[in-house]
Amino acid sequence: MLRYIFRRLAWSIPTLLLVTFLVYLALRIGTNPVESYKRVNPRASRAKIQQYIDVNGLDPNFVQGYFKWLKNFITGDWAPSIKGRREVWPALKDAMANTLRLGTAATVVGIFFGLIFGVLAALRPGGRRDVFINTSAFVGISIPPFISAILLQLLFAVYWQRWFGFSLFPTSGVYPAGHTGFDLFLMLKFMALPTIIVAIQVIATYSRYMRSSLLDVLNSDYMRTARSKGISERRILIKHGMRNALIPVVTIAALDVGSIVGGLIITENIFSYPGMGLYFLKSFGEGDFPLLMPWMVVIVASILLFNLIADISYAWLDPRIRLE
Amino acid sequence: MSEKVLEIRDLRVTFDTPSGPLEAVRGVDLDVSAGELLGVVGESGSGKSVSFLATMGLLPARARVTGSVLLAGEQLIGASNKYMRSVRGRLLSMIFQDPLSALNPVHRIGNQIAEMLQSHQDLSKRDAEKRAIELLDIVGIPQPSERATQFPHEFSGGMRQRVVIAIAIANNPKVLIADEPTTALDVTVQAQILEVIERVQERFGTAVVLITHDLGVIARVADRVNVMYAGRNVEQGTIDSLFDHPSHPYTRGLLASLPGPGKQRLKPITGFPPNMLNPPKGCAFHTRCEYAAEICKLDLPELQTFGDLQTACVRVKELPKAEIRV
Repeated sequence: MLRYIFRRLAWSIPTLLLVTFLVYLALRIGTNPVESYKRVNPRASRAKIQQYIDVNGLDPNFVQGYFKWLKNFITGDWAPSIKGRREVWPALKDAMANTLRLGTAATVVGIFFGLIFGVLAALRPGGRRDVFINTSAFVGISIPPFISAILLQLLFAVYWQRWFGFSLFPTSGVYPAGHTGFDLFLMLKFMALPTIIVAIQVIATYSRYMRSSLLDVLNSDYMRTARSKGISERRILIKHGMRNALIPVVTIAALDVGSIVGGLIITENIFSYPGMGLYFLKSFGEGDFPLLMPWMVVIVASILLFNLIADISYAWLDPRIRLE
Repeated sequence: MSEKVLEIRDLRVTFDTPSGPLEAVRGVDLDVSAGELLGVVGESGSGKSVSFLATMGLLPARARVTGSVLLAGEQLIGASNKYMRSVRGRLLSMIFQDPLSALNPVHRIGNQIAEMLQSHQDLSKRDAEKRAIELLDIVGIPQPSERATQFPHEFSGGMRQRVVIAIAIANNPKVLIADEPTTALDVTVQAQILEVIERVQERFGTAVVLITHDLGVIARVADRVNVMYAGRNVEQGTIDSLFDHPSHPYTRGLLASLPGPGKQRLKPITGFPPNMLNPPKGCAFHTRCEYAAEICKLDLPELQTFGDLQTACVRVKELPKAEIRV
């Protein structure tokens, strides 16, 4: 097992190199970072521009340039952003923290309720409860987040204000303007709406996963064997049913968490929530090469990591799977 | 005759289907005596499995079950779920057809046997696991203490069926229902599994109901046989009399379709089993029976004693003597 993990981690290094090279190429060809720099800093001296090219590895030769960038990236010699010369790492770190907070809250809430609804639906397939849950899940998946977000903003901010004289949940940011320091209550209040929006989709998706996975299991022969042992229905459901039904769901969940690190672009944009998605939209809009490359590395690394976690959890839950 | 442990009277099972009610079992009478091995034969859809799933209380809720099933004098039809749970696995247990899917893939073998023990006996986990290893030994699994810690996928089909048997006999039930226990296995493994079942029956005095469509299996191990057709019992008797001089035309047809020494050609039963959504009036077999007459289309024939057999055929006394060579 340890050997397997070690080998997978070792293999992720060439993967990371290849993917970052492709991303580097795409950004060089697609955005022309040098032009973006000149556009943002029209009065930059020739020497300044040359320094920008050097530290970011933007040589005319792509391969040479990539390795120059790689060397600077690994040694921690990161260029500041092209606009305002901000340090990249603190900005990226904050964005990651914000997204992880939102993503974790939404995923935990979403998967928890999604699994419950999925189980409730699967226990009486075709029943009224099943039809209701299934239909709601379908609606939940079908409504795009920018519609549901605006509806919730209207309800909890605009109309609430009109009816009760105050708004229940704020509609943008992580803290009120000018706030400094940590405040859990305020933070949760600001996170509430975006969390609900993301959670609705997670609930809808996972209730359907869980329903179909559990239905498969409930119809299997070993459930009949369990029943023929005369053990209680609750024990049959938990020990024999859920234990098997969760195997594929946990695997999918691990993969999903990996992609959440990339940010919840639409939701973060609507709520001006400064996470990874908004970070990407802003830096991409400005063609900010020094901000974009580390973002990409983080995304690729997290996807690789959570793929590995998915594989390990699969092998851990299912004794039939051997990691070789 | 020894004491009856299982008495089934007028058992009927109806499923509601989109195309109307389907009566899969239409009034089955059947007795199982203590310690005997009763064979139940019939083709697919004859109601043999459904009858015993109904006895176990394992049919889905949409199945309507009526009639009477007495297990050691206690009525099972209409009994509470709680009572049925205490019966299943303790007094009545079941072996299923496909050992590859009958065991839970994510739990260890020993654990799956111990679960059966602990659900009906007040045993510590440790004692239950010890007993599980003994059971594995009884059903002929070598190195039982190591095997107990393994998962089902580490066992072959025949070995898994032994495990299923070990689970079924864990609480020393009065009746063991084996639903096609050898159908999914290789011929050589089939013989071994039948031996295990016979050994268990002798050692613990368990009554065994062996459900199968394989007359060869029945001939090897059964004491008595019930032949089922279209949800009815059409003939029953001891193994010797039934194989020696079958009376019911369906039983004759079954035996005639078996291969045997000196047989040049096999004689199949023509036609198909009836559609149970709309079974033929009268004797369900009359559409395929070479001796059918007008009288067969009138009423459902009841079992009547004919020689040393009980046969559900109105014309049984008029039929020519069977020429059967098995």
